Amino acid sequence: MSGGGKGGRIAALHLAVIAVLFAAQFLLPAYHHGNVARIMVLTSFAVGYNVLLGYTGLLSLGHAMFFAAGLYGAGLPLYYFEIGALQAFGLGLLASLALALCFGLVALRASGIAFLIVTLMFAQAFFLATLYFNEITLGDQGFVLSEQARTVTLGGVSFSFADPVVKYNAALLLFACCMLGCLALVRSPIGRVLVAIRENEPRTRMLGYNTYVYKLIALVVSGVMAGAAGAGYALLFAYVGSTFATIQYSIYALLWTLLGGVGTVLGPFVGTGLMFYLIDIAGDFTTSYLLVVGVVLLVLILWYPKGLLGSLRARWLPWLP
Amino acid sequence: MDFGPHLFLALLEGTVTAFVLAVTALGLSLVFGVMRVVNVAHGEFYMLGAVLAWWLTTLLAGYPAIGFLVALVIAPLIVGAVALTADWLILRRIDYQPESTIVATIGMLYIIQQLVLTFYGPDARPVEPPFYFRVSFPWFGYSGYKLIVAGASALLLLGVWLAMARTRLGLYMRATQQNQEMAQAFGVPVRRIYATVFALGAMLAAAAGVLVVPIQQAHYLMGLDPLLLSFIVVIVGGLGSLRGTVVAAFVIGISDGVISVFFSPTLAKIIATLFVAMVLVYRPSGLFGQPQEET
Repeated sequence: MSGGGKGGRIAALHLAVIAVLFAAQFLLPAYHHGNVARIMVLTSFAVGYNVLLGYTGLLSLGHAMFFAAGLYGAGLPLYYFEIGALQAFGLGLLASLALALCFGLVALRASGIAFLIVTLMFAQAFFLATLYFNEITLGDQGFVLSEQARTVTLGGVSFSFADPVVKYNAALLLFACCMLGCLALVRSPIGRVLVAIRENEPRTRMLGYNTYVYKLIALVVSGVMAGAAGAGYALLFAYVGSTFATIQYSIYALLWTLLGGVGTVLGPFVGTGLMFYLIDIAGDFTTSYLLVVGVVLLVLILWYPKGLLGSLRARWLPWLP
Repeated sequence: MDFGPHLFLALLEGTVTAFVLAVTALGLSLVFGVMRVVNVAHGEFYMLGAVLAWWLTTLLAGYPAIGFLVALVIAPLIVGAVALTADWLILRRIDYQPESTIVATIGMLYIIQQLVLTFYGPDARPVEPPFYFRVSFPWFGYSGYKLIVAGASALLLLGVWLAMARTRLGLYMRATQQNQEMAQAFGVPVRRIYATVFALGAMLAAAAGVLVVPIQQAHYLMGLDPLLLSFIVVIVGGLGSLRGTVVAAFVIGISDGVISVFFSPTLAKIIATLFVAMVLVYRPSGLFGQPQEET
């Protein structure tokens, strides 16, 4: 770590991003206000994905599974039982934590392409399970949470997540926690070991680190962040359905991270925001709007494998975390 | 129907599925074995075959049998050309690096799928079977076309095996599979072999797509299921082992048919995907594959 000046600059940049997003809620028109709230929740998902891909070098095609675990972990108890929204959020976190831990213990024995296919297969089994138990989960039709279930009472004041102001600030809080958490992780000694694993796993193992344990830590952190995003999504946007468990959402997480810049803390936010609006705009012109997804993926892999912020860092801003 | 004939029907359906699956998975296995890359767009080549078959048979609407035979020849050729172009424009530039190739083929998946959606539309459209006849068993009649599908698939499998074992191209492919650098040193045009293999894999998928379209209907999203099933088959059979792939296609195809008839198709798929994940974790070389040396 080189001096307080660099650390100060990094802290200032990230706090500035949060401050700008906080200020933006007073300026944005209603439509974009809702969009930005959604982008911030989805960014938390991508931040989690980036911990695994960007800082540990593990490519996963099954992260929708953790997002969906958070989504159902929070959504199902809220739908069927009378519990508070915050408890439900906690249950969502627990569900994704448990899933990530069990999955990691098994899947991390495989590496490389085999690991990738294992993530794909587990996620597909999870998705099919949400269809199979459709008497409980209501399958791909999904269910909607009532406004009453999504209300939190703190110190005598009740906040409803259906209220746009509460929704926006809750999304901002979730985003800020995930982003700062990611920043703290990658600048900690654990984060350094993860980067070492990404660069050269056999060498890291030879230096005496138990790489299996570190990869497990990365996977659990990544899964819990994705789960937090899922639980947050259920609470803020009220809809729970199995479409969020499809391969497509795993691919989205990959795409957002790649576009913004693999292994950059702010990259996922840039990627998610840009892609969200690209798809939104393309959707106005054609029903085949997913074509954009394919084209962006190819352009990135052919010409900008580092993504937007990664290229920026390579050219002009070497201090960008 | 009694249990016996019911089981017989399930086995029959499973066998037909297994043959088609074997052809599709063989394409994927060939690409993985020789080029060491995972082609996520494989299912879209299958879909493209089916959609082109619909287009060609509609062009020759008066003569279903001739139209279908033309489709069986032309559709794989067009798909092969698409694959060659993709190889030349994309895969070659990223030097077949395994992880980039996966991302690139995901991109190709979306592009092919969404272009078909644009030009072909979201409807599922049927294709007339080239002929109708029923084979009557004592308990039920069975579509003769399905048996022809199994026969044609068997011929294709035999053709691939002969090409691999007896021709110069097959020799080159096996050499590249065993040791790419050594093959190049002995004058094998590795780059051209890669392009050929990628196209050949796509053509096998397309041929399977053409064969099933009279049974299944052509739809722009039909590629996902064969992709996942092919993954399962290739992994269980041992990555890169062609014989293992065919054996696994029969194990998976027939058991899938039986479980789907007696229980639920979704349950069959859940069991299969979890089983594959476990195979990969605990026996990465596959159930029938030879353990490979670490490289």
